[in-house]
This record gives sequence, structure tokens and C-alpha cells, in this order.
Amino acid sequence: MAFIEIRDLAKSFVSPTGPRHVLKGVSLDVQQGEFVAIVGAMGSGKSTLLSLIAGLTMPDAGSVSVGGEPTRGVRRDAAFVFQNYSLLPWFTALENVRLAVEAAFPEMSRAEQRRHATRALEQVGLGNAIDRRPKQLSGGMRQRVAIARAFATKPQVLFLDEPFGALDALTRETLQQELSRLCSEGERPVTTVMITNSVEEAILLSDRIVPIVPAPPLDHARGALSKAERAPATLGTPIPVELSRPRSLAQLAHDEQATQVRAHVVSTLTASVRGRTLWGTAHSTAPAPLAAGAKTALAKPAREIQ
Amino acid sequence: MAKRVLNFILPLGGIGLALLVWWGASQIVPDLPSPARTWEESKIYILEPFAKRGEMDQGIVLLAYYSLLRVARGFLLGVAIATPIGFLLGVSATLTRMFDPIMQVLRPISPLAWLPLGLVLFQKSEPAALFAIAVCSMWPTVINTMMGVRAIPQDYWNVAKVLRLSKFTTFTKIIVPATLPYMFTGYRLSLGIAWLVIVASEMLTGTPGVGGFLWQEYNSLVYAHILLAIITIGIVGFVLDRLMGLAEARLRTS
Repeated sequence: MAFIEIRDLAKSFVSPTGPRHVLKGVSLDVQQGEFVAIVGAMGSGKSTLLSLIAGLTMPDAGSVSVGGEPTRGVRRDAAFVFQNYSLLPWFTALENVRLAVEAAFPEMSRAEQRRHATRALEQVGLGNAIDRRPKQLSGGMRQRVAIARAFATKPQVLFLDEPFGALDALTRETLQQELSRLCSEGERPVTTVMITNSVEEAILLSDRIVPIVPAPPLDHARGALSKAERAPATLGTPIPVELSRPRSLAQLAHDEQATQVRAHVVSTLTASVRGRTLWGTAHSTAPAPLAAGAKTALAKPAREIQ
Repeated sequence: MAKRVLNFILPLGGIGLALLVWWGASQIVPDLPSPARTWEESKIYILEPFAKRGEMDQGIVLLAYYSLLRVARGFLLGVAIATPIGFLLGVSATLTRMFDPIMQVLRPISPLAWLPLGLVLFQKSEPAALFAIAVCSMWPTVINTMMGVRAIPQDYWNVAKVLRLSKFTTFTKIIVPATLPYMFTGYRLSLGIAWLVIVASEMLTGTPGVGGFLWQEYNSLVYAHILLAIITIGIVGFVLDRLMGLAEARLRTS
């Protein structure tokens, strides 16, 4: 039995034009210690899917179980890294990590919690920046804090939502390497599900790549899809990445097998984009660039209200 | 350099012009004392700011101090009630829908209307004044705190969710710090209103303070002192707003 079992997940949202079906018939098995990358274009429902798998939101149908237990809400032994860091700006790096440690290990003494959090930050090379606030840290350093916070709770399962999407290329590769090291470093590798729009990143880090593709049209009544509506997404056939570790982007650029995997993933994804246009979703199917950048920052709401 | 000089000279020029208008008006309206006469008749209050000659006949700083003390008490009472209400309304859409109409109706009521009710409820003028200040000044704090809670970005709620923080920890470590700048905006506006209310309530209850002094001097036909009281009220209100503004700015940058 697989460690994470995802069965037939479906999710739709209410929109002014009626329900919008985002995901349908999503099933996947993840083995203990495996690193799975789910790859799809922007707006393909990736983040929704991760929220469902992680228990942040509830599916309309289907089930997720981890270690044989069905998931209801966020699990104790799960940790997250989000694209936008999600650090609390009023806390220092150390306090941000401590908040997670306190919640995960309430039985520890305060001094022990502090030591534990400090060690987690030292492991990502932030030993001398523990008292700085997020604003005083670069994007890469912020994401290191977020990674330290995730690993500080000694998670069984790790969920990564485009963790390096907001970083520049150089910082990204350094952090990818460190994440890879941290995931395999413990007594046993952490089971990881990562969402990304970068095929390269998926090949660099994962054991298996699962592309997000449109659900087959036969699953729903053809007539029910209005022209502007996008077809719900589902998961395509997983593509194994059987490359030796450690990997590096430079080495992958020339590797025969990596090239094959890349071609396979890209053709699956682009075929699905083309496929979408075939069954009448002309308005929504301008093929989204696969390696496009970060999501737009949240607009700041007006503060002074009276 | 030239800019600095201008920053200094322009406001002075404005004050000069205002004095000129005042002087002009005093030439037309016989009862209105000119700036010079106002100074002549009021200087004892300013030059001996802590003198205590009678109940109302006191130095201007002492009078302002009584008013400030009353404002502080009314304001603290109002804010102590308003802040938790703001948090509750911010967290619960149901409560907002329940109480929003009442709030919208209570908000525009003048302090002059609350004061008699306060007198009926508490029989004495002092608690009635505090009641009026609290009821009038609480609304900006309620509304800003509520808006502050609503404006907390989804990211922070996600942190609470993925770290499985308890309700209490979420409140103290996320909701309160995220709302703090909004709360202080509310406090600043509330304090401004409290200071507006104090004058009205002192006039009606005749208690010693700047407002009480103003009303008594009007009744004794000493019009110069009315102007003294008005200017004092303005300056104190300005300083209060600036002080709260500083506190607010500090919170925002940290």
C-alpha cells in the first residue's frame, strides 16, 4: 500500500457563471520517501490540488489518506513551503521558526525549543541572521527561513507549492540543491509532493513527474461546457526520473536520459494544451508559458478607514 | 536651505494673516476682543499656567490638565470596549451582519444627545461625561480594528493553519500583530473625537476644565477668555493627534 493514496479527487468553485470545475478524477500514489513533482502551467489548478492533498481545503469528492489514515484537515506530521515565503513580518527569523517548533513540540522546554529552532536555521546557513526580520532578508534568505521552519518540525510529509518560483535563477539552484540534501538527509527521506511550473526543477529534484492535463472530455457532457469554460484538470501518467543523485542543472543539460524525460514531459503538457482547443474552449487556451514567473503580489488594502 | 526657511516662514505668514482677519472682525463686531486685547486679558492664565485662584479661575495648563484627565479616562473606557468588539466583528461575518445596522445608527449621534442620557443613567455629571466620551469615541476603533482583521492576508491565515496553531496562539501571534497598525489608526481618530466631546460635556455639566471655563467666561461676559479657551482646545487637540500619529508611524515601520 502506498504511503499517500489520492483517490478520485474533484473540486469546483462557485463563480458568477455557475460552478467552475477545477479538478476531476485526480488519483495518485506516492511511496514512502518518494519525491513527486506535479508539473503544470499557471492556472492549471496546481495549487488547488496541493491544498486538497495537504488537507488545507476539503475536496467535493474523493479521498486522501496518508499512512493509511484518511486526511481531515492539516496533518500534524506535515510541513509546507509556499512560494511567497509566508513568514510573519513582526517576528525575527528565529521567532518564525520557533512558532512552528512550539506548535509541533509543546512538550519541549522553552530553551530546548529555542535550541532546536536555532539548529534548524543553522542547517540552512542562516546561523548569523537568526535575529533579523523578514524585511531585512533577501528573497533567497527568506525562503531559507521558510525551509528551516518546515524541517524544524521533523515532518513525515513535505508539501512544496512552487517553493522557488519567486527567486532569481542563481539563488534558485543553490536552494534547490539544499532542499534536495535536506530531504534525503534525515534517518529516512521525507516524502515530498512539490508543485512547480518548471520542468527543469522537476527533473532536478524528483523521482517521478506527474503532468497536469485536462480531464478527458468523455467524463462530462460535452454540451455542458460553455465556450468560455475551461475543462477541469486531472493528472496524466507519471513519468519516472531514474537519474542518479546528486544531480546538477549543468549535468542535466547534457544528459541523454534527462533530455528524454524533458521531451516526454513537455510533449505531454503541450499536447494537452493543444487538446483543450479541440473540444471547444477557444477563449481560455492561449498556451500559458511553462516557466513563467511569480504570481502577482496581493494588492495592499487601504488602511485608514473612518 | 531655502526650503527650510520657507517651511518656517510660510506657516508664520498664515498665522499672521489669520490674526489680521481676527483683528478686522474685531473692528466690525464691537463685542469681539482684538488679538491684542485678548492677550492683555488672558496673559495671567498663560504666564501663570499653574495658578489656582478659584474653581474655574485657574492657570490654563491646569484647566487643560483636568480636561485631559477626563478625556484619558473616557477614551480608555471607550477603547477598552471598542477593541474587543472590533476583533469580534472582524472575525465573524454573522456578528457584523447582526450589529452593523445598530452601529451605523449609533455612530452619528452627537455627544450633546448622549450626555442627558448619561445623566439619567448615572445621576452624576462626572460618570455621565465619561459615558458620553466613551460612546462617541469608540466607533473609529471598532471599525478600524474590524477592517484590520479582515485585511489580514491569506498567507498569514495559512501559516496558522499549516502550523496547526491553537485559537489562542493564532490570536496573540498573528491576528493582534497584523491588526495593530489599524488599531492605532482607530485609536488616533477616537482620541480626536474624545477631545471634541470633552468640551461639550464640560459645558453642559459645568465641571472644571477648558470647556467648563469657556462656558463660565461666556456667562460672565469675558469674551477674551472664550478665545483663549478656543485656542487652547485647538493646540491641545493638535498635539494629541501628533503624538498618536508618531506612535502609529513607529508601529508601521517596525
